[in-house]
Order: sequence, then structure tokens, then C-alpha cells
Amino acid sequence: MKTGIELIDSNGKRLDGRSSEELRKIKIEAGVLHRADGSCYLEWGGNKVLAAVYGPREAIPRHTQNPLRAIVNARYNMAAFSVEDRKRPGPDRRSREISKVISEALEKVVLTEQFPRAAIDVNIEVLDAEAGTRCAGLTAAGVALADAGIPMKDIPVSCAAGKITGHVVLDLGKEEDNFGDADLPVAISPRTGEILLLQMDGHLTFEEFNKALDFAIKGCYTVSEIQKKAILDKYQSIVEVE
Amino acid sequence: MSEEKRTVVLPSQLLGDTKHHKAGHGTFVENGKIYSERLGILNKRLEYINVASLKGRYDPIVGDFVIGIVMEAMSSSWLVDINAPSPALLHVNEAPWKVEFGDTEKYLNYGDSVMAKVLQVDESKKLQITLNDRNLYKIRGGLIIDVEPSKVPRIIGKKGSMISLLKKYTQCRIFIGQNGRVWIDGTEEGIKKVLQTINVIETEALAFGLTDRIETLLKKDAKDVI
Repeated sequence: MKTGIELIDSNGKRLDGRSSEELRKIKIEAGVLHRADGSCYLEWGGNKVLAAVYGPREAIPRHTQNPLRAIVNARYNMAAFSVEDRKRPGPDRRSREISKVISEALEKVVLTEQFPRAAIDVNIEVLDAEAGTRCAGLTAAGVALADAGIPMKDIPVSCAAGKITGHVVLDLGKEEDNFGDADLPVAISPRTGEILLLQMDGHLTFEEFNKALDFAIKGCYTVSEIQKKAILDKYQSIVEVE
Repeated sequence: MSEEKRTVVLPSQLLGDTKHHKAGHGTFVENGKIYSERLGILNKRLEYINVASLKGRYDPIVGDFVIGIVMEAMSSSWLVDINAPSPALLHVNEAPWKVEFGDTEKYLNYGDSVMAKVLQVDESKKLQITLNDRNLYKIRGGLIIDVEPSKVPRIIGKKGSMISLLKKYTQCRIFIGQNGRVWIDGTEEGIKKVLQTINVIETEALAFGLTDRIETLLKKDAKDVI
């Protein structure tokens, strides 16, 4: 593809100066909203994401209730001001798809059997977008769920890898996402290594795919440590009040 | 009381294996290993490993006293919100009044509050509550506040030490529901003091020797008043 933009130079340095296996800067803060049962604010490069968890509470409408387990309703939404051109507010095809895949990823880790007929609502609000918002959203949702005291098998974590001008790299930035060849968001359960979400946009050969998947999973483990530190930072200080 | 440090555990944190320990509350077992299932505080007692939750919704247990708010009056029962994952059913037979079929709204209507006891929790977590116990009744007057359900034991104190302190120094009537709702009735001054104190208890719920500290706090205020 001839884009006229050099996404990665001969030394392996990318546009923002990162190497091919380097993540953008991540900042996570747990428990930022008082009205929600659990919440999280996350900054991932230029992404700014807010996640709020409510419940478990009665599932409404009632026909959505499952008599054996709780349902997880994730709602991914992009603010109108999150992108350069104003985004028309409200759910669209893209955000409904992301809501669905995130709901399914979260349902795998939450111990839903403990709350029959209940719903756990997860609201993910993208305030500022710069490529990789679904990964940022899912990572924030994981922290918010833990913050809400919801029983779960693991704290889900997500990270993307991709391909730019023929090189497989970790965590695509905005230009790399727009002009790159492929994007591969992955979410895992870090304790077991199970894959909770795997999507791909673009083209990769089998070897490239395997390499990208390895990169993404390695990235997930790094982000997982940041997640855990964020939750501990918040609650260790409360415990140590004396 | 053990004066050791309290440790915070995260969901999925490895706590031990089933050979040496037994999995208690707030944990799950996978491949012979015990993991925490929620954010909480580690509590090892005998061979059991427990995790006491730090946050989260009220988990109803039979026999708990709770404060509920009526959501719906049906022809022979009421649906009551007790802050649990699903609403609780209050049947007319479990109320102290003689209610004619369809007359439920005369006794309890949408928005009314009741003190109740959890009568039954079945395996699909369907809840029933009753008013036929001790002195449970419909709440008239006073103030209901919400606190974190996991902090209710601290507000009550050991054998009710904290709550009797509060009652003694503020001359208020207080009822604490296990579901994190607290009903307070008394003078304006008294209610204000109770609210302040509960706030302190909530923020410092995990500190050691809290009851003594609250007592000195209340005593100091009492001196100013009298």
C-alpha cells in the first residue's frame, strides 16, 4: 500500500518513537465514581475511558433474565467529542458489536451462577479515542468489576497487536491503525491464559498472525500488572488507616 | 483480637492449596489450588481460608434483619427491595395485619419502608421476608441512610458495643439492617451526630480499636452540649 507515510523507520522506531514491542503509556485509577458500585478511569496513550459497574441487580426487562445465572450487560459508548469529526451520538453498528463481544468476554470470568436472574451492568464510556478503544474499555471494565466486589475467576485484560508497513508491532497508535495493514485485538484471562476475545481487521499471514498473537498476549500480561497495582493502591491505603 | 496486618487480596489471587487448607467463603478451587474470587481481606482461621469482601451488594442470609422499601403491591403479597440482587417477596400471611384479598395497598404501598426478617432463601436465590418477629413494623418518620453492607458489622460493633454507644450518647432510636440500610429517629441534633459518627466509622472501618476512639469522640461532643 502506498500511503506516503513512513510508519516505521529502518531502525525499528515508530512514529511516536516506540519500538515494535513497546506499549503506550497506561494510567489506571480504580473507584472514581461514587454512585456506581464499582468504577475505573483509564488512560491508554491518547485514549481516555471511564467504566462503571452496577449490580448484581434485577435484570430488566424480565424476559432477559436467566433462571440459572446472571447476565452481563456491557454497553460501549463513544462520546460525541471523542473523535476529531463529531461522532453522531447513540449506538451504531460498531458500538453494538463491541458491546456484544465485551459482554461475552466478561461473562466468561464473572461467577454468574451465584446470582440467578440478576444482571450486572457495565457502562464503558470512551471520552477520548486514539485507536484501541475496545482494549482500553475491556481493561477498564475488568478493574471496575473487581472494584465493585463482584466475584470472578480472573480480572480480564486486553491488548492489541498489528502490522504496519510489513512489520508486526504491539499496540497500534492512531496513524498506525488508520494506515496500517492489520489490527488484532486480544483479551485474555491472565491466570489461565484463556483467550476471551479475538478479532482481526486486515490481512496477516499465518506466521505473522502467530507472532502478533504472541505480542498481544505478552502485552496483556504487562497491562494486567498495572491493573492489579491500581486496585491495590486504592484499597491498601484504606486498610492501612490507623 | 489479632493485631496482625490485614492483607488485601484481588480476584484470582492464589491463596493456598487444598492439601494444607480448606476453601472458605469468598474463594474458589481449581485444580487443587485455592484462589480468591473477590476483592477482599484475607482471613485465615484454623485450616480455612476466607476472604471477607470489602465492597459489594448485600448477600441475604436467613434470619437477617433488614430494612426494605416496597416496590410493588400485588393482590396477596408485596415486592420489597432489600438491596439484594433480586427483590424479596412479602406474603400477606407474613404480615401482622388481617388483609383482605386485593387490599394490600391499604397497609403497605409503593415507597413505604419496613423492618423485616429474611425468612427464606432458596437455591435459585428467591427471597421471602416476614414481619412476624420481634418488633418488626412499618417505619413511620425518621431517616433511612445507606451504608456499605460490608461495614454493617463495624457499625454494630462486638456484641453491639458500637451501636449501644451511639444510642447512649445521642438519645436516638437506631435500627441497623444487615443489608446496609440504617434507620435513625430522634432529635435533629441527635440525628446529625449519628450521621457524623457513622461517617467516621465507615471511612475508618478497618482501623483497630475503633470503638474506643468513637467513644472519646462522642464523649467530647456530649460535654460541649451539656
